[in-house]
Amino acid sequence: MTTETETETREGGPATSRSASRRSHGEGPFRYLSTGAGIVMLGIMAAIAVFLISEAIPALQANKGNFLTELTWDPNSSQVFGIGALAFGTVLSSALALVIATPIAVGVALFISHYAPRRLAGPLGYLIDLLAAVPSVIYGLWGVAFLVPLLREPSQWLNDHLGWFPLFAGEGAIGGKTMLAGGIVLAIMILPIIAAISREVFLQVPKMNEEAALALGATRWEMIRMAVLPFGRPGVVSAAMLGLGRAMGETIAVALIFPATFGISLQILTPQGNSIAANIANGFGEAGDIGRGALIASGLVLFIITLLVNIAARMIINRRKELMKADT
Amino acid sequence: MTTIQHISTGRRIKDRIVQGLVYLAFALAVVPLVSVLWLVISNGLARFDLTFLTHSMRGIGARDVGGGAYHAIIGTLEQVLLSSLISVPIGLLTAIYLVEYGNGGRLSRAISFFVDVMTGIPSVVAGLFVLAFWILFLGMPYSGFAGAMALSILMMPTVVRSAEEMLRLVPDDLREASYALGVAKWRTILKVVLPTAFTGIVTGVMLAVARVAGETAPLLLTVFFTDSINNDPFTGPQMGLPLYVFDQAARPNDTAIDRAWTGALTLILIVMLLNLVARLIAWWRSPARR
Repeated sequence: MTTETETETREGGPATSRSASRRSHGEGPFRYLSTGAGIVMLGIMAAIAVFLISEAIPALQANKGNFLTELTWDPNSSQVFGIGALAFGTVLSSALALVIATPIAVGVALFISHYAPRRLAGPLGYLIDLLAAVPSVIYGLWGVAFLVPLLREPSQWLNDHLGWFPLFAGEGAIGGKTMLAGGIVLAIMILPIIAAISREVFLQVPKMNEEAALALGATRWEMIRMAVLPFGRPGVVSAAMLGLGRAMGETIAVALIFPATFGISLQILTPQGNSIAANIANGFGEAGDIGRGALIASGLVLFIITLLVNIAARMIINRRKELMKADT
Repeated sequence: MTTIQHISTGRRIKDRIVQGLVYLAFALAVVPLVSVLWLVISNGLARFDLTFLTHSMRGIGARDVGGGAYHAIIGTLEQVLLSSLISVPIGLLTAIYLVEYGNGGRLSRAISFFVDVMTGIPSVVAGLFVLAFWILFLGMPYSGFAGAMALSILMMPTVVRSAEEMLRLVPDDLREASYALGVAKWRTILKVVLPTAFTGIVTGVMLAVARVAGETAPLLLTVFFTDSINNDPFTGPQMGLPLYVFDQAARPNDTAIDRAWTGALTLILIVMLLNLVARLIAWWRSPARR
């Protein structure tokens, strides 16, 4: 579809443009080509929705369970499958990631924007950006080989001492491939984007506000609390939401870490966990026709959730942009 | 002047505590990076030899020693090249539309918004889309090209955003000087605007390439697996380096895990090299922009 539209505009472009450029110097092949390319971008978004829906429908019709509430995922033999447990795992693991990543990311952003020596700020910021450059499969490998064994003892300790707290509860095996391990790896992966956007917002705080606070005798922390954080709050909120979208869609790292169980449990220290994306990666190999359709249906749910989260985040940022334009 | 009050001890301690927390946050963020790089390098060097770079996995079981990732490296290079060929023209033209022709109209605002939203599409969804459209709906086979299409969906918004930023940096004086000489707008874009922004655009494209080169999920759904060398990205399953790492890491044998680490090292070297070259181009170019 993509290439079709491209060649169409390419063929139609120059012919119409030659007459147009004679009329005015502003017109040319680029106008049609570039408008066409922009429309292709919109078309791709629409096509994603259309084809995910159309390929999911046959599997959904063959489903013998309730797609939204069923916990098991067995489209290949008994044809009973539902998104319930997977959606729960996706939400729990990404919420965990968000809770871990946001405070650290805000600290990193403050460090680079207000604490680090100016000459070092650029290179140190680049160091954090490098975290985002590491491919997700490598985080998965690192999580299984390094993080999972590392977490075993702290998990046991948390379970022994804070076992009354639902998240840390659980009997029998503690540690191993857990929600906690997955959540920490996801947190590392979304930290750079939250830190980068927060940093940009913190750097945009009007210098006058900061200097006014300092001139009134505020310490650096008081200046940050009174001038920087209130100004940056919408930016940090939308950055966290973009991070949430990333965490929910992250696939391969959690596919390697989660043991692919199907159940709803808040226990993040026992070996259980799964997510929509991880299930797609792990289940695709042995999926038949209905199995693939079922995975596409779950991907459609993931697409819709991340789309909503992203749209909300972008709307907050855009409103902020208009506000800042009004200020200057 | 004589009555300046000292900052009370409580406020000073609070200030120090926050400073300590901010430094700690930064240190906490760097620890995983160092740990990942250290583990990948120390574990990956064991098998990082000529055999690994020049042999495929054909006829080699999980328990056998030897074998390599030549087929995966070839696959990744071809897939990334193809996805650039798809996404760079579309992305660049979209950026030109947004900067030169859009004028903040309704269409340009819609495109700009959805390009932003598109950056948040999970990579696995891009893979599922190509699976649904290209393989299930059109009945095409799994191939490197299908993977390249999925990667190009992930690349496009990054290319648009970086190219747009670079085009906006081109001073309007240059455009106006060109118009004043009677040059048509499209020739101005082609001969004045694009050459001025060229290095910046190249940097953006390379960063986008580095981002998709490490993507696994879309390849898993569109390229499938193979242990043999397949130089033709248009027919039959291929391999990709990230996919190779995933495949080997999922096997329980030490020999396979070793191969996974070495694959990870190769992948990180490729991605970091792309990043470094991109930053070098940007750095080399930056004084000239001012």
